Amino acid sequence: MTAPAIELNGISKAFGPVQANKDISIRVMPGTIHGIIGENGAGKSTLMSILCGFYKADAGEIFINGTLTPIPDSQAAIRAGIGMVFQHFKLVQNFSVLENIILGVEEGALLRPSLAKARKELQHLADEYELRVDPDALIQDLSVGHQQRVEILKALYRKAQILILDEPTGVLTPAEADQLFRILERLRAEGKTIILITHKLREIMHITDTVSVMRRGQMTDTVKTKDTNPQQLAEMMVGRKVLLRVDKAPAQPGANVLEVDNLRVTDDDGVDRLKGISLNVRAGEILGIAGVAGNGQSHLMQVLGGITPGTGTVLLNGQELDLTGKSSDGRSRRKRGIAHVPEDRQHEGLIMDFSAWENTVFGYDDDPAYQANALLMDNGAIRAETAAKMERFDVRPPDPQLAAKNFSGGNQQKIVLAREIERNPDLLLVGQPTRGVDIGAIEFIHKRLVELRDAGKAILLVSVELEEILSLSDRIAVMFDGQIMGERLPGETDEKELGLLMAGVREEAA
Amino acid sequence: MDYATLLQVADSTVRLSVPLLLACLAGLYSERAGIFDIGLEGKMLMAAFTSAALAAVSGSVWIGLLAGIASSMLLAGLHGLASITFRGNQLISGVAINFLASGLTVVIAQAWFEQGGRTPSLQGAARFEPITLPLAETLQGVPVFGPLYAELISGQTALAYVGFAMVPLTWWLLFRTRFGLRLRAVGEAPEAVDTAGVSVIRMRFAAVAIAGVLCGLAGAYLATALQAGFVREMTAGRGFIALAALIFAKWRPWYALSATLLFGLLQAVALRFQNIDIGTFTVPVQFMDALPYILTVVILAGFVGKAIPPRAGGEPYVKER
Repeated sequence: MTAPAIELNGISKAFGPVQANKDISIRVMPGTIHGIIGENGAGKSTLMSILCGFYKADAGEIFINGTLTPIPDSQAAIRAGIGMVFQHFKLVQNFSVLENIILGVEEGALLRPSLAKARKELQHLADEYELRVDPDALIQDLSVGHQQRVEILKALYRKAQILILDEPTGVLTPAEADQLFRILERLRAEGKTIILITHKLREIMHITDTVSVMRRGQMTDTVKTKDTNPQQLAEMMVGRKVLLRVDKAPAQPGANVLEVDNLRVTDDDGVDRLKGISLNVRAGEILGIAGVAGNGQSHLMQVLGGITPGTGTVLLNGQELDLTGKSSDGRSRRKRGIAHVPEDRQHEGLIMDFSAWENTVFGYDDDPAYQANALLMDNGAIRAETAAKMERFDVRPPDPQLAAKNFSGGNQQKIVLAREIERNPDLLLVGQPTRGVDIGAIEFIHKRLVELRDAGKAILLVSVELEEILSLSDRIAVMFDGQIMGERLPGETDEKELGLLMAGVREEAA
Repeated sequence: MDYATLLQVADSTVRLSVPLLLACLAGLYSERAGIFDIGLEGKMLMAAFTSAALAAVSGSVWIGLLAGIASSMLLAGLHGLASITFRGNQLISGVAINFLASGLTVVIAQAWFEQGGRTPSLQGAARFEPITLPLAETLQGVPVFGPLYAELISGQTALAYVGFAMVPLTWWLLFRTRFGLRLRAVGEAPEAVDTAGVSVIRMRFAAVAIAGVLCGLAGAYLATALQAGFVREMTAGRGFIALAALIFAKWRPWYALSATLLFGLLQAVALRFQNIDIGTFTVPVQFMDALPYILTVVILAGFVGKAIPPRAGGEPYVKER
């Protein structure tokens, strides 16, 4: 019997009082794709960072191909043939692809021979694995998918036999993700061992041979992928049964809340981002906007939210909204009854260094209920209200004083939702509500959105997750290149049809 | 303005540019590696004093130079310790070094030489003398080029030649060697360097040490080549002008040369034309003296364009969490 490519034995790691990894043991056989799945904060990334020498384990042993191999630093990991593609790429933005590849493994004191050798080797790897990138392009000019390829090439150039990918598809479009999976299959065929960290069950089922589940810093179980199913994995991740489909009654739509006609947006570079969008959202329904990221959904949210100007007609409850930005902004939109959960919650939804209670009043901070007198805000009242909101939205830990950055992604999102939903808006704009959010929180967030709908509110949902669009929406509009490609009812369409629309294929042609 | 005056101003420009250039390159190494260095001024000042003092005592300018470099490197090491090892704030550390140098130089000078915070005047071998390049005398007669060669190119001190040679050397080191690649990477994305198995701390200390050497050269040039001895605050803000030039130069060696020559020219013009009469009005000397500094502000505010500093500049490197 061959020795496992990787064997971890009793790995533990603590950051201060937080036990990120507790006595973890795992074996990965060579030439396989091994998935590691778990909720955010389950300790997946920490474990892999230990394996590639970025962090040092407090206790435990690492065996590579059957031999005990201590990995105190990155250099040792590279020597042991381990390459890691981090979730946040470790690339120098204004260096060329070649320069990034040779960094740390230069041939000698002068660059010229190293660059020449890397150029040849890169051609080789490109032919072998279909990993094509322009060697002279600057990283900052590459798409995220190509940047990821550079990271993989970096590992291969260092002769990695074991490749670890941390949430590799989080930043990719569906097409890019499929390309990545083809590359991974190719690497496996060449005998490389691959560890894939993700919280997306679909990916695990799609590509892995074996899968380990982590929960709260511990390894729950390791199973063969073909012997399990998404439902079972989800249960193992969260430790209880979860609903992957949203339970909801048929919508009872009322009058039009939002009517958009011929909406156009041109950005600062003169590029047309919205090319005449027309849509409507009725009270008591969720309109889902599907589309590959970057096809104008963000601009649609921003112009409706009063952040960027546009042209066209937008009616809210029959009254026209100012789109020029001259007499309107995010605040006046909120006053009119439009609540906005922005796509990028860490930059637009929250101030990360501010506490939870401060974050729950932004945009509504001039509300008389928050003022103690003409000069001062009633911080005590705000804190008490925040504590109650955190309770209702199951924010953990329920501490209003804690800075936003210290909550997990799912709990940050709950804070934003609590702020926007509890103002009882007529229209809720919500972008990527569950991006980077773990399964338990996804379930909760979806439930709250359906509750808001059932209360007779209109919801405009933008998401790049087709599953989310399909399970939440009452109607689906697909955006491509700044236009609406078509509208579908969730019961009468499927991922394949939507996927074609998202790729810009018109129904006649399809 | 005749050709002789023009040459004099050019010569003066070159002389005044040298300390700016050396300090600017010192800042370039440091900031390219992600360490802001607001303490160029202090390091230069310390080196100016130490080199002058040791040259005066020993009678050898070379001993003075070595001592100057050593003192500047000591302060650079302090900056490294505070901002790299202990991850302190780089600006505060730099300001502290400036104050330290400003006070220490005068106190030690007074205690040692008792000349009101000065060092004794340097003479003979205790000073860098102009080097006459070969053929300078012979070519004197050639029109235009002869005087140019004799006045401007020949007759500078050794440190001036070193300073100008540092420009291509720095460019080559930064863009053609492994050391340069890693140095630039560590100022842009230290986490990339770290995961590539290269020590971020070692690279940054190397950069700070080089900055120390160059500031040492700059300070020694001030006290033993440009002037003949140390006087209090003799750097007169040159460290800050060098920083301004560095931004103007967008952290590039050849641009640094042009930027410091420009600032040198401003100083030379201010020195040469102390009283300018415009009609019946005489521009006060004080205004001419302030002119280089005023123009520094104007140039930085209006003509720099988009200068993108090294991305990781000013931030101590801490692995996530």
